[in-house]
Amino acid sequence: MSSVLTFATVGFAEAWWIQIIKAVIIFLVGFTLVPLALMLDRKLMGRMQMRYGPNRVGPFGALQPMADIGKLLFKQQFRPRTSVGFLFAVAPAISMVCAAGAFAVIPFGNTVDIFGKEVGLYGIDVSIGILFVFAFSALSVYGLMLGGWASGSKYSFLGAMRSAAQLISYEVSMGLSLVGVVITAGTLSLTGIVEAQAGMWFIVPQLVGFLIFLLAAFAETNRPPFDLTEADAELVGGYSTEYGGGRFAAYYAAEYFHLVIASAIAVTMFFGGWMLPFGIDPPQWVDPIVVIVKTVLVVCFFIWARTTFPRPRYDQLMSLGWKILLPLATANALVTAILVVVTH
Amino acid sequence: MAWTPGDDVIAVQRAPEPGGAGGAYRAFGETLRGLKTTFARMLERPVVYQYPEQKLPVYPRFRGRHKLHRFSDTGLEKCVGCSLCAAACPADCIRVVAAENTPEHRVSAGERYAAVYEINLSRCIFCGYCEVACPFDAITMGHDYEMSDYNRQDLIFTKEMLLAEPLERTPLRTEDE
Repeated sequence: MSSVLTFATVGFAEAWWIQIIKAVIIFLVGFTLVPLALMLDRKLMGRMQMRYGPNRVGPFGALQPMADIGKLLFKQQFRPRTSVGFLFAVAPAISMVCAAGAFAVIPFGNTVDIFGKEVGLYGIDVSIGILFVFAFSALSVYGLMLGGWASGSKYSFLGAMRSAAQLISYEVSMGLSLVGVVITAGTLSLTGIVEAQAGMWFIVPQLVGFLIFLLAAFAETNRPPFDLTEADAELVGGYSTEYGGGRFAAYYAAEYFHLVIASAIAVTMFFGGWMLPFGIDPPQWVDPIVVIVKTVLVVCFFIWARTTFPRPRYDQLMSLGWKILLPLATANALVTAILVVVTH
Repeated sequence: MAWTPGDDVIAVQRAPEPGGAGGAYRAFGETLRGLKTTFARMLERPVVYQYPEQKLPVYPRFRGRHKLHRFSDTGLEKCVGCSLCAAACPADCIRVVAAENTPEHRVSAGERYAAVYEINLSRCIFCGYCEVACPFDAITMGHDYEMSDYNRQDLIFTKEMLLAEPLERTPLRTEDE
């Protein structure tokens, strides 16, 4: 027995310097998608409400997110007297890091040949891919919880408790809804799951799982209509009540980063990742573009649903999560497991 | 003895309780209907005015910033300093100090004229009572609604400012609008 405990095997790894370059590129791609999602959110929501949305800064208002971020970053850092200093400062960073960390395993394509070097178009291909994502999404609860608690304000604390309860209860259904996909694909690795969708995207056999995942993703990313943690129209602002300036920007960006990641996971698990339907097989350099376009389309769906639906009551949210989604997800996983065993 | 409400009872009519397969089907259908509604809005043109460049036309009877008037033939001011507008003003924002006209110094057509006529536009509620109260139609409500300023002092409009021909900054609605 080896002295090193192996928690996960890595499917494919490059030289260390390639990994560093890859990490930087993936980080940049992530942080390009975040303002894009922010901009899309406001523009698309505007069009759906028959107005233009921001259109003053830059061409068609495209620089509005930059202007917003700049405004927030140049604000004075403010801290309530009752807050717990260190945690208050570090909580938004936890949110941000957890969001960025989950982005590392999203596959944008298979291994490609770049200047004679085999490079995988993903941060790292671990054999526990989807568990890695869930680990980071579970950790992000700490960002919200600590932020709410360390603010030393009752509004923040109540908001943090609400968000913790919501995130934890929907994570169960979210995890279970993906079990069906994992069973069908027979692997936890995200690249493996994408490759298993070569014949048919998993949205067809796993439609129920997809719907559960979608609903849970709304709650997980704190997006309306399940933005009970923030509920800007009803509450003071949830866990981020006492935050302003750059720290608020970090929370805000983390929220949109979670949205992008949830969309990317949906693309990877249900929409065939970099695969195109109808046997279209483009050259390999198109793969990342395919993944990004699909991700943006799913983000558009999130925004579409945001403009459409009113916010449910908190008890309705909880009963939907525990009484409907959880049994459905369990049944879905069970039925999938039985079918897989029977057909193989 | 228990109180009986009698005729005061209001029978509340409730929608059928959602539940079962029918409820789930209905909820799903309504969800899709909602999505369809918002998507259809996206295909329509936005209805908003691009404000600073494109101004909302006002109706002829729109009550904007006040104007004081002169007689077009003699050039004399119509205001005779009677202070009826100040008396009618519910926000108490008009200040009038009257003075006697003299043959050498004739400002208005009547016996007296308004030596000081000030409207504090930061208090004005644009109700138009001053216009109604005026016996000589000397004050009317104009169409200008762009009156923001950086100082409160600058919002006190004097007689000269109210008499001056205002910049035509506000489009008027045409017949068919």
